[in-house]
Amino acid sequence: MSSDETVLEDLLEGKHRALARVISKIENRSPGYRDLVSELYAHTGEADVIGITGSPGAGKSTLVDKLAETYRERGETVGVIAIDPSSPFTGGAVLGDRIRMASTVGDMDVFVRSMSARGTLGGLSTATADAVKAMDAFGKDKIIIETVGAGQNEIDIVRTADTVAVLVPPGSGDEIQTLKAGILEIADVFVVNKADRDGADRTVQELRDMIQLGNESGFAAGGGDGHHSQEVIDAHDDWDGESVEDESDAGWTTPIVETVATSGEGIETLLEAFHDHRTYLHDSGEHAEQVRQRYAEEIRTLLREDIHAMLEEELADSGGIDALAERVRTGETDPYAIAGEVLAPVDACLEELETE
Amino acid sequence: MSSEQEQESIRCLVAKVGLDGHDRGAHVIARAFRDAGFEVIYSGLHKAPEEIVQATVQEDVDVLGISILSGAHDTLVPKIMDGLAEYDAKNDTLVLAGGVIPDEDREQLEEQGVSAIFGPGTSVEETIEFVRENAPER
Repeated sequence: MSSDETVLEDLLEGKHRALARVISKIENRSPGYRDLVSELYAHTGEADVIGITGSPGAGKSTLVDKLAETYRERGETVGVIAIDPSSPFTGGAVLGDRIRMASTVGDMDVFVRSMSARGTLGGLSTATADAVKAMDAFGKDKIIIETVGAGQNEIDIVRTADTVAVLVPPGSGDEIQTLKAGILEIADVFVVNKADRDGADRTVQELRDMIQLGNESGFAAGGGDGHHSQEVIDAHDDWDGESVEDESDAGWTTPIVETVATSGEGIETLLEAFHDHRTYLHDSGEHAEQVRQRYAEEIRTLLREDIHAMLEEELADSGGIDALAERVRTGETDPYAIAGEVLAPVDACLEELETE
Repeated sequence: MSSEQEQESIRCLVAKVGLDGHDRGAHVIARAFRDAGFEVIYSGLHKAPEEIVQATVQEDVDVLGISILSGAHDTLVPKIMDGLAEYDAKNDTLVLAGGVIPDEDREQLEEQGVSAIFGPGTSVEETIEFVRENAPER
């Protein structure tokens, strides 16, 4: 039996060391890791995958810690993938989210794994998706992906999750921030963490306005005066009165949940929101669509990586990219012309395939 | 094919264990390791040996660097080593110790599986070099 088969068997048997090793193989792209991940697919599909994102200092790790603790109290096992950026210069990274995972210390059934971006071109989101599969196959009930919401890379990563929570700290900017494209759009649930701080009410209000604006532009529903009592906000699933009922058939209205992660306040409500979203996904059939899209993206990423690798090899064989760049620098040619030249044989090959 | 190319990075856990509350040295090492291109996981202060074991196993680190200034290394380090052994993680983890460790205690720590001890005054370059040369092949 090969060592990969042994490690796979150990993982399926629930050995933590084997899970850790499989994730390393995925991260390292060790020889044979693809076969290993292929094998994992047959054992996946049971776990709920939740993505948590938000700006640095929003309190993600503390919240994840409390979520993990609450899941454990309910008898469910938890996997956490905490993603931190790495240096673009040295590739080094300090992966610090683990520090705040204090509530579940000594409990191996909370499996925390820190990851950083090593490759490029969607490499991290592929690695994350594969690590989720490893945890799923291992038998984790809940898998939480935690990442700083700073850009496209993070958005790709949280797409790996069924439900995405975006943390918005109080006072995180004027309303124009909430109009900008990006991480707010991917939220299935908004979490205003540190809700005991000044400005929390205003942030909730801004988010609510934004959601309402979105609904109105979708189809002329909504209205309302924009003033709600605190109780109504807390009971997120009916915070908007009638207009929500109108929309319940049409789609998911992103709830806003207020939490104080340090004290655990609001965690139960947040878990309810996750549960509601999951129910919605399954009842509406959106889950199937979501999973299909995810696999489509995985296939695309793999193809892109493979083709990229072939091209890199080709470039290396033909004297390296530096020589080509030098030709551009000296004004001999331009990047577009070179791309055309390099890809011409590929084009020819594909055409040949089509005519066959 | 180069998509199968390995993207290995040396992973280190920089650990503070026990009661001592000074982690400046640990921060300096964490940063130096980061700048050397390693992936560093920092444990935070006041960790119990079992927390360090849990992190070492789950994070599958190549290197565990334990920083102790409190003098409790002779009770804490063996607990960590036993915990690693329990999860089959002892043999392929390079364990280093740093901080204030009297000469007469070194032999005992080395017997327990600590590969090197870096006392006060050790240059970070020396430590990084040692890690590069001795990080386990897996």
